[in-house]
Amino acid sequence: MKPRTLYEKIWDAHVVERREDGTCLIYIDRHLVHEVTSPQAFEGLRHAGRGVRRPDLTLAVPDHNVPTTPRVGPDGRLLPIADPASAGQLAALDRNVAEFGIPCLGMTDARQGIVHVVGPELGFTLPGATLVCGDSHSAAHGALGALAFGIGTSEIEHVLATQTLLLRPARTMEVRVEGRLGFGVSPKDLILAIIGRIGAAGGTGHVIEYRGRVFEEMSIEGRLTVANMSIEAGARSGLVAPDETTFAYLKGRPMAPGGEAWDRLERWWRTLPTDPGASFDRSVAIDADEIAPSVTWGTSPEDVVPITGVVPDPDEFEDAEKREAARKSLDYMGLSPGTQMRDVKVEHVFIGSCTNSRIEDLRAAALVARDRRVAPDIRQALVVPGSGLVKRQAEAEGLDRIFIEAGFEWREPGCSMCLAMNPDKVPPGERCASTSNRNFVGRQGPGARTHLMSPAMAAAAAVTGRLADVRELVTA
Amino acid sequence: MSGVTRIAGRAYPFGRRNVDTDVIIPARHLKTLTRAGLGRHAFEAVRAEPGNVFEDPAFAGAPILIAGDNFGCGSSREHAVWALADMGVKAVIAPSFSDIFAGNAFKNGIVTVALDQAAVDRLLALAREHELTVDLATMTVTSPLQDRFPFVLDPFRRDCLMSGLDEIALTLSSEAAISAYEAGAIIPPPEKA
Repeated sequence: MKPRTLYEKIWDAHVVERREDGTCLIYIDRHLVHEVTSPQAFEGLRHAGRGVRRPDLTLAVPDHNVPTTPRVGPDGRLLPIADPASAGQLAALDRNVAEFGIPCLGMTDARQGIVHVVGPELGFTLPGATLVCGDSHSAAHGALGALAFGIGTSEIEHVLATQTLLLRPARTMEVRVEGRLGFGVSPKDLILAIIGRIGAAGGTGHVIEYRGRVFEEMSIEGRLTVANMSIEAGARSGLVAPDETTFAYLKGRPMAPGGEAWDRLERWWRTLPTDPGASFDRSVAIDADEIAPSVTWGTSPEDVVPITGVVPDPDEFEDAEKREAARKSLDYMGLSPGTQMRDVKVEHVFIGSCTNSRIEDLRAAALVARDRRVAPDIRQALVVPGSGLVKRQAEAEGLDRIFIEAGFEWREPGCSMCLAMNPDKVPPGERCASTSNRNFVGRQGPGARTHLMSPAMAAAAAVTGRLADVRELVTA
Repeated sequence: MSGVTRIAGRAYPFGRRNVDTDVIIPARHLKTLTRAGLGRHAFEAVRAEPGNVFEDPAFAGAPILIAGDNFGCGSSREHAVWALADMGVKAVIAPSFSDIFAGNAFKNGIVTVALDQAAVDRLLALAREHELTVDLATMTVTSPLQDRFPFVLDPFRRDCLMSGLDEIALTLSSEAAISAYEAGAIIPPPEKA
């Protein structure tokens, strides 16, 4: 048999029908649903008189619109949501899951959180499974070796009705990282460096497989951060081969199989890693030792520089389009070429999002925040755990006390200031050190300026009031 | 959805690269329960820029949009496509598109035409003065000045666009195959949360 990649093995195991033109009907094992991209899909089902084929393979969690301030009043009842449109979407999800019989972890459920944090931590996500969600950061679940990707609302409706999607195989791309990440360099710095290297469209049409020693030695939390941002390089999915770390992470999680079913699956999972000799359509090699703590300077996640670097000069970009884009970005960001990144002051800090809100992220930030104070010029420093379970774990470890004593706000789980659909926003013209995934124009609020970075770097920005090199604050 | 064969008219000569879905429709406008009415919020931040093409009356209601590479990158929000459709856009021409955006566009009957940068640059210049035509039958973009740029479309997508096919109905005709797959599925359903 021809050697196959991890992606090809998962694909082949899910083909329901192969059409003459190469498109395949692919079975979907897991479907995560949230309140923003699903209402029109349920509306479509209702109009066509269709039901949900497999509610048991579907899990709904409200996350984008939920407030991160306390949700329940002293009387034990849910507090009203100020924005009627947000309230309307959350209510619509409640109605839709009730009507179609879909399991849902609602706003008061202790396990509620961001879909991409909840799926892995409950064991809903499994290696070798196909997983979709109406959210482009679904790529995150590839950290566990699931073929996971974001879909649009029409595709959500298609999956709800048929539990399948009509797809063409993607091209494959190997991102191989050998060496070791240096002190103070996190998986977030690594994925920012990868995106900076291959570009925001570098992975378009491809599924990335992250390979090499750095990923083999990385925790599941770290792999989730990396795979999560595959889409910022244009790749709809990113994969890490399942290994002992994956099995140890998943075993015993509440929604993961147990007993014989686990044993049978684990035997299959061990056959999934890419065969020796399998070929990728494209390969990129990166040396981990060369990566420094990184930040973005512009309005695309590809606009990455080491924290030791300077704001680039648009005139030095090779093509006219990039020069023009860089000029527009710097104008929006209020930055001048040649400015040291370490001289850039920030007013807001956001530690959270499906990229960086897991327990290891909070530990890394707390290590920097411990026995320090948020700088006086910082208007708001938010820590938003990715789920109720992450929050509980962090509190058990005393991380909440460290953050609160340093002057951070300790919030309830949700997407929050990553995309500002709830009340957590960066005001126009103000600057945010953010652990989220997108520095797009207006992403964190109209006119908001975003610098992407790791949790430790965001904490360093909070305590210094400017973009800072975490290596100068923490010793090895 | 009705089929589409030919899209002719003015084209917004937008030209920008890496146009993300937050630029097409910011997240604060995603709080809708229906597909309609998003056009008025499309490109909101761009519309505030002086001299932008979206506020230029010459292009009002144009059915074609021309952009730079990686159009529609970022979020999976289909609202970006609904917003374009609501403002009357039926075809987008760019050097490249994000995969999720292209899929969403197709499912809403919007044609994504990928042409090389030189062709896109020529069309950006032409669009200032002239109408353009995107023809799915001949798979060409043409101008009144005899420009003719052939493009490639996935045959399945082209057929669906031209016939206005309901993809869910098509898939449901494979019910027997889906049930057979489920009977031997490798991944069991999740345990109860």
